[in-house]
Amino acid sequence: MEGSLASDADEPTRRDFLTLAGPAFFAVGGAMTVWPFVHQMNPDAGALALASVEVDLAPVEEGQAITIMWRGKPVFIRHRTKKEIDEARDVKLTNLPDPQSDTARTKAGHEKWLVLVGICTHLGCIPKGQSLGDVKGDYEGWFCPCHGSHYDNSGRIRKGPAPRNLEVPPYQFQSDTQIKIG
Amino acid sequence: MSSHEDTYEPKGRVSKWMDERLPIARMMHGQFVDFPTPRNLNYLWTFGGILTFCLVVQIASGIVLAMHYIPAESMAFDSVQHIKRDVNYGWLIQPLHAVGASMFFIAVYIHIFRGLYYGSYKEPREVLWILGVLIFLVMMATGFLGYTLPWGQMSFWGVTVITNLFSSLDEVIPGLGTAVVTWLWGGYSVSGATLTRFFSLHYLLPFVLCGLVALHIWALHVAGQNNPTGLDIKTKSDSLPMSPYAVSKDLFALSVFIMLFAWFVFFAPDYLGHADNYIPANALVTPAHIVPEWYFLPFYAILRAIPSKLGGVIAMFGAIAVLAFVPWLDTSRVRSARYRPYFKWFFWLFAFTCLALGYLGSLPAEGIYVMWARIFTAYYFAFFLLVMPFLSLWETPTQMPGSISEAVLGKGSK
Repeated sequence: MEGSLASDADEPTRRDFLTLAGPAFFAVGGAMTVWPFVHQMNPDAGALALASVEVDLAPVEEGQAITIMWRGKPVFIRHRTKKEIDEARDVKLTNLPDPQSDTARTKAGHEKWLVLVGICTHLGCIPKGQSLGDVKGDYEGWFCPCHGSHYDNSGRIRKGPAPRNLEVPPYQFQSDTQIKIG
Repeated sequence: MSSHEDTYEPKGRVSKWMDERLPIARMMHGQFVDFPTPRNLNYLWTFGGILTFCLVVQIASGIVLAMHYIPAESMAFDSVQHIKRDVNYGWLIQPLHAVGASMFFIAVYIHIFRGLYYGSYKEPREVLWILGVLIFLVMMATGFLGYTLPWGQMSFWGVTVITNLFSSLDEVIPGLGTAVVTWLWGGYSVSGATLTRFFSLHYLLPFVLCGLVALHIWALHVAGQNNPTGLDIKTKSDSLPMSPYAVSKDLFALSVFIMLFAWFVFFAPDYLGHADNYIPANALVTPAHIVPEWYFLPFYAILRAIPSKLGGVIAMFGAIAVLAFVPWLDTSRVRSARYRPYFKWFFWLFAFTCLALGYLGSLPAEGIYVMWARIFTAYYFAFFLLVMPFLSLWETPTQMPGSISEAVLGKGSK
């Protein structure tokens, strides 16, 4: 470029470089400094370590339900009757606010076991329906007393303000009577 | 700051020495003794002072409570009971703080309605008003965080429900809401990690409030106080020095307010709370009927009135945010509702609407209550978005007095 038409004024100077690089350094450095102060609020190693739990299903009779804790949240496990499974399968998907088939919410070959995170998808209350005496809502599943959401016996939202079906946690069958959640 | 007579006269060598170096006494004298106040202020203008008192009580009692409280999941509930039963004068100081929060909100609501009725948000007091809205917002955050700390059932489930409001962001960007809620909780549910951070922030925010209050008072002393006529101070006879006139009125009103405060503290310390909060937090049992503290009820009713989760959250936050725009939403040039024959009635209907929403917020969200909550929610927003901008187009204000003095002393006085 030596001897070309461009004058010195058109060439990027050392100062131009510094006025760009300075703020860029400041911004990147600032973000890197702020991140630890933001990330410290995310779940710590102790909370992450509790992320899986094994459950023995053998003592749960047909028609019974149990609640276990996983990641500080209740997990509902219901041993469904034949009638309940049939009902859950016969629902037209177009009638559901959050359409999902019953088979998509259970494991193949283990359809009688329904495993759900027992937290209402509206604002996080625990729905009623695990105990025999509980109100189970209009669809024989669960009923959230806080703001009146009704879930069916596949844990799908049917009526009320909750936007989504009860979440199915990640789990596998380790044997016919044992599952590992998480 | 507005110019007015300065009667400060340092007496003695020390005050003269100080006055030449840091004239803080001169400034305080100018702003809180000589400061001209409209001569027609009524008792509704005493709530600024009362609110300052409330903030001081909350900070003083809160610092004491923090000396004995343990923000740990397993001990928080018991440590509050320990304060009430074992700590010397804990039986007095704990209710002072808990009841104090309610008294703070009673005073702030009266203060806000006073501003709305007399048009205290209008030019040149827009910034003063917006600072007030920010103070209200930080007060609500502080109250909410503080209610978590006793770690009873209502504390725990109140936090669960309110923090879950942010999960509605999942409807905007999938996964965002869940990430925000997990971050707020420091886990996958409300836990001890949530409690400790809430304690830390609950201790921080009152000092943010102090800063905002200082700015609020500064802005007030630049624009000067509004008054029941909404007229500006034009002549010297329109005003009186703040001390002793406004100060003695403030002190009398404060005494009456303290009597009400003391009645709750000594005779009904739990009246404004919930019995469920005497049950330790239990992550496996949701109380049958979750209700926030009374001062959040109108907003809670708006949240539940909207049949969509995200919509409800937007409406609830919108109900507070709309206040910040009031200086520009109200198009009438007349400040005081005293001279606005129709606005006056819309205002009282609005005040009734807020009370009605508060009542509905305490009831289960079922059947007829939901319908009423929707009607009142609609009027809540209509007041700001329809009445304020458009009423002045056809409303003829009534005859206003020529000056503040004329309003007080009648025509012919100077």
